[in-house]
Amino acid sequence: MIADYLIMAFLGISVVFNLLGSIALHRFPDVYTRLHGATKCTTFGTMFAVFAVIVHSVVRLKETGNPKYLQMAIHSFVAMFALLMTNPVGAHAIAKAAHLSGYMPKRAVVDAYMKRREENEC
Amino acid sequence: MMFFYATLLIGIAGLITLLRLILGPSVPDRVVALDTMNTLVVAAMVLLGAAYERAIYIDIAIVYALLSYVGTLIIAKYLQGGLS
Repeated sequence: MIADYLIMAFLGISVVFNLLGSIALHRFPDVYTRLHGATKCTTFGTMFAVFAVIVHSVVRLKETGNPKYLQMAIHSFVAMFALLMTNPVGAHAIAKAAHLSGYMPKRAVVDAYMKRREENEC
Repeated sequence: MMFFYATLLIGIAGLITLLRLILGPSVPDRVVALDTMNTLVVAAMVLLGAAYERAIYIDIAIVYALLSYVGTLIIAKYLQGGLS
């Protein structure tokens, strides 16, 4: 009974953060701020989707004793771990590639990466 | 049943992201939208695996996450000047 409410709460957090991440792509002005909004929100939302699946499969494992549910919990944890390790690295690669290929941040006051690049070239 | 509704709402988020992928004024915008869509597909795959009670869908989600990471890195490498 408590597990049902826990699953509902986790799924609600997951859906809200995924929707916010996709709306952030439309509300922010340039590439870097869009990356900031989308990457963090969708990673957090997917984490909570996996938590909901883990709670559901642990409850079903206790009810039925079928080892399929243990496999489901462990594999969804592995999926979350892979996403958690690879998503920030991909976001950094996109940001660096956008800066190197000439898309500058709009309305930026300080661009420390540009300063570092100029110092290295001179 | 709750997992189906959550998958439906994540699909709506994917459609909003697809709009940015089509509209995106510059190339890095489209890459960001594609990366977001990959994460949303992984979330939807895990939720569908729990909804249909098939563990094989979650294995597909693991492989998709790793392959989309490689794809994003290759596109970023291509954007910053050459695949050499």
